[in-house]
Amino acid sequence: MTADAKAAPVLDVRDLHVEFTTHGGVVKAVRGASFSVAAGKTLAIVGESGCGKSVSVQSIMGLIPMPPGRITGGAALLHGTDIVRRKIVDGDDVRGNRIGMIFQDPMSSLNPTMKIGDQIAETLEVHRGYSRAKARARAVELLTQVQIPEAEERSQQYPFAFSGGMLQRAMIAMAIACEPSVLIADEPTTALDVTIQAQILDLLAELQRKNGMAIVLITHDLAVVARMADEVAVMYAGEIVERGAVEDVFDQPAHPYTLGLRGALPSRSTERAGLNPIEGAPPDLFAPPTGCGYFARCAHAMRVCEQHHPQQLPVAAGHAARCWLHAPDAPRTHPAIQHRVRR
Amino acid sequence: MSALVETIELTKHFAMGRGRTVHAVDGVSLAIAEREVVGLVGESGSGKSTFGRTLVGLHAKTAGEVRFAGEALPSSYGPADFRRHAANMQMIFQDPYSSLNPRMTVGEIIGEGLRLAGGQGRAQIRAAVADWLARVGLEPQHASRYPHEFSGGQRQRVGIARALILKPRFVVCDEPISALDVSVQAQIVRLLGDLKASLGLTLLFIAHDLSMVRYVSDRMAVMYLGSLVEIGTADDVYFRPKHPYTEILIGSNPEPNPRTERRRVAVAVTGEIPSPVNIGAGCRFASRCPKVMEVCRRVTPRLEPLADGGARRVACHLYTSPAAISGST
Repeated sequence: MTADAKAAPVLDVRDLHVEFTTHGGVVKAVRGASFSVAAGKTLAIVGESGCGKSVSVQSIMGLIPMPPGRITGGAALLHGTDIVRRKIVDGDDVRGNRIGMIFQDPMSSLNPTMKIGDQIAETLEVHRGYSRAKARARAVELLTQVQIPEAEERSQQYPFAFSGGMLQRAMIAMAIACEPSVLIADEPTTALDVTIQAQILDLLAELQRKNGMAIVLITHDLAVVARMADEVAVMYAGEIVERGAVEDVFDQPAHPYTLGLRGALPSRSTERAGLNPIEGAPPDLFAPPTGCGYFARCAHAMRVCEQHHPQQLPVAAGHAARCWLHAPDAPRTHPAIQHRVRR
Repeated sequence: MSALVETIELTKHFAMGRGRTVHAVDGVSLAIAEREVVGLVGESGSGKSTFGRTLVGLHAKTAGEVRFAGEALPSSYGPADFRRHAANMQMIFQDPYSSLNPRMTVGEIIGEGLRLAGGQGRAQIRAAVADWLARVGLEPQHASRYPHEFSGGQRQRVGIARALILKPRFVVCDEPISALDVSVQAQIVRLLGDLKASLGLTLLFIAHDLSMVRYVSDRMAVMYLGSLVEIGTADDVYFRPKHPYTEILIGSNPEPNPRTERRRVAVAVTGEIPSPVNIGAGCRFASRCPKVMEVCRRVTPRLEPLADGGARRVACHLYTSPAAISGST
């Protein structure tokens, strides 16, 4: 991995493999994902349904049921300590403590029978040993910090009395209660309207500026990536197929899948005939292809791609793609990628 | 330009009991020309889906009128009305999972409209289903399978075939791509575009994805709390919004370009869409509007053409003359 190593990563995930045993066989949901994020930075993991982006972070957090799930390899180093195999570090569970997490659907992630303030306070009681009264007072402060009006009164309400945007703010308050060094945000704005999405994204960016936490943002939305991310990892069929700084990945997409995603999305300048869907569907992860996972849909596929699994190849400093087009002996004047390969 | 579909002050209220009323759609007048695509955008709770459903007769109208090719349609539909109008107006739904009956085969689902319309034998219907499966990019043998055997994108293709097999002239597409992945969204948008061109369809495209609506639509209409606040050509509304709500809505919409996103000034509007229960007089956006004036809380602005003589209409006192305001009180 040619990650930009200006700062030591807070979270460093190496070669993660996750499988699920089902009646239909074993699904290889994550097939060797590596990514890292530094303090104060945002890494976006972007991909479509079933690409393994959520499973990656959920497995790190110990949130996938095992069985049927199984982590078959890899490590996730939080400040250098592997948390894939143990969650208790220095006598305390890292989850909800040193790593906070928010989810796509805040309504089903919160306990409907518990007051919002008590749910936030519980985190502080468990991890920090706060008294009930102290934890409740802190919960109100946190609700104020995430800009919930009348926080005192709101903390006494149940989730059903909150709108979707308010619930996501409450989730964020809970996730940052223990001042985590990493916040994992799994599709945090997918269920929200665009104006509320803007509010939540602004809030996350502001909290990050204040407390310097690293954010891992899981999303399918390239526009959200453009708005929030410093670094991007593009995931397809259980693998990270491209990774680099956000400008590099958007300006010089190096993997045909990234190119395809960009072409399938209208932007300000897209003319009427300008949308180019990616035809076909992702491969069956019960039996992943021997070669490149994108081979069947790729407009630039070569003979090597069918049988040989591509390695992560450097494209530029801090920018790499899992694609044979970037191999030294690949045809250098390939029509689509030629102006993009800089050597 | 004569309209194929026209709503005149279309209104849909839902009674909640205890004298409370949800003003889901309040006096929306919209004319859609033959072969036009009108995009309807707005946040959840703006009434855009209720408008679409009321338009095709799935809800009884509280007030107002829907005209199709000049003919006024009944204010509530009975079975005979559905049979008569279904061939003209159809709907494609957001959720390709819950909008297909899981106990019917795909062939039964697609052919049911023809079966109910009557006049065609089973062999004819089967042939039409096979034809439509091919036209939406599915295989003939898919007719005997059940919805759960298909992906979201394939199910949406089934929903499209079901809607179009009756050869409607007008189709309401209610968030047809919201539940789909990015690469599949583009496949479905392209399919809809191709079918629209080959069949000469007129579409109302309801969605919250502003970039996609601009891309597919000729005109774009913006709805807030049951009312239209702005309508104009898609590019005008998207690139040169006039109503303060449209400005905020478009300004909140991120673009897949990190350079412009970095320079973006935060335009996030504070607060959230208020409840549509028992709405009083005045502009509905007044409580959140950064440009609110005294008059906005008293007088409901009407959707009026801009003074520039273009096709744009905006419901905002920033653009109405003082005389017009005093005249309407």
